[in-house]
Amino acid sequence: MVPRTAHRVRPPVRKAPLVSITFFLVLWLIGVATGEPQRVLEQAWQVCLSCIGIG
Amino acid sequence: MELLRKWVQIVVALVTNGSWSFPFTRTLYQGPLKVICAPGLNCYSCPAATSYCAIGSLQQLLASLRFALENGQYYFGLSVVGIMGVLGTIFGRMLCGWACPFGFVQELLHKLPTRKFGIPRALRYGKYGFLVLFVILLPLLYVDEFGTGHPWFCKFVCPAGTLEAGLPMLWLQPNLRNTIGLLFYNKLMILAFFVLWSVVASRPFCRTTCPLGAFYALFAKVQLLRLRLDTSRCTNCKACHHVCPTGVKFNERPDDPECISCLACMNKACQFDAISLEIGGLPLGHAEKRRTAPTPLH
Repeated sequence: MVPRTAHRVRPPVRKAPLVSITFFLVLWLIGVATGEPQRVLEQAWQVCLSCIGIG
Repeated sequence: MELLRKWVQIVVALVTNGSWSFPFTRTLYQGPLKVICAPGLNCYSCPAATSYCAIGSLQQLLASLRFALENGQYYFGLSVVGIMGVLGTIFGRMLCGWACPFGFVQELLHKLPTRKFGIPRALRYGKYGFLVLFVILLPLLYVDEFGTGHPWFCKFVCPAGTLEAGLPMLWLQPNLRNTIGLLFYNKLMILAFFVLWSVVASRPFCRTTCPLGAFYALFAKVQLLRLRLDTSRCTNCKACHHVCPTGVKFNERPDDPECISCLACMNKACQFDAISLEIGGLPLGHAEKRRTAPTPLH
């Protein structure tokens, strides 16, 4: 009878990160679908002086 | 590894602030790259910024939400929260340790040879308060007669904005110097306070005030890439306590939200190979070669 070799126990793959990534990707897609990135871009192109404590 | 981390910090700081034509244009970069979210706290009103600040954008979207809704625009900040959530789930606060320009500045300041002090652990909860109050609730709820709020954290607190945007803009546009007042001096004092605090304590802004760090900290238990403790190898010698820049007692709380995954405990402190890096539960790096027998899972 051939003795069974000791096999390594592989740690389980955690599923919570995949669920979380999927959830936030869906949020991102909804935001993109509503045209939010264009608004973000417009904001990022302007200097908001009061935001940086000037004016 | 520490050298690699320093290089990553430098490269990320240069890439997220890669528009070096500002001394000639005297204005912001206005190209399409600014639709990309900066992983760390990096003011998008910085003249060199090539990406947007998640915290700044979120406040702006929430502050103008009522106005947007009245115009049929559903800008709830979902794209910003979505990308922050994806980054947070993959890297967590590793982004603070590896990809935040303001965190890098604090680390450099802390290298100045002076007496060093700790930070009371209770102060760590302050950053969650800033996230909820100054980034979400006040911009959303405290509005003027036109239904528009203010980006409270940027306006009244953010020292990164003063350093990266306020001071450079005053240098680039001298006419703005006549418009500064109490608000700017207040922000300048906050910046000076954190600069001095960073010299004598490690990463005080990250640990007590940063709302982006607070958001990423929410993913400590689920983040894909994280440090893992092998309790069968850990001798509780507490060597990891002494090297941690954020005061984490890794052998007692391996998933501490304060951990910025700088890997100092793994590479500089642990003599027993008890700390390793994992991705989604699977070992990374040198953890693979030493696992010759089944070990308890955590």
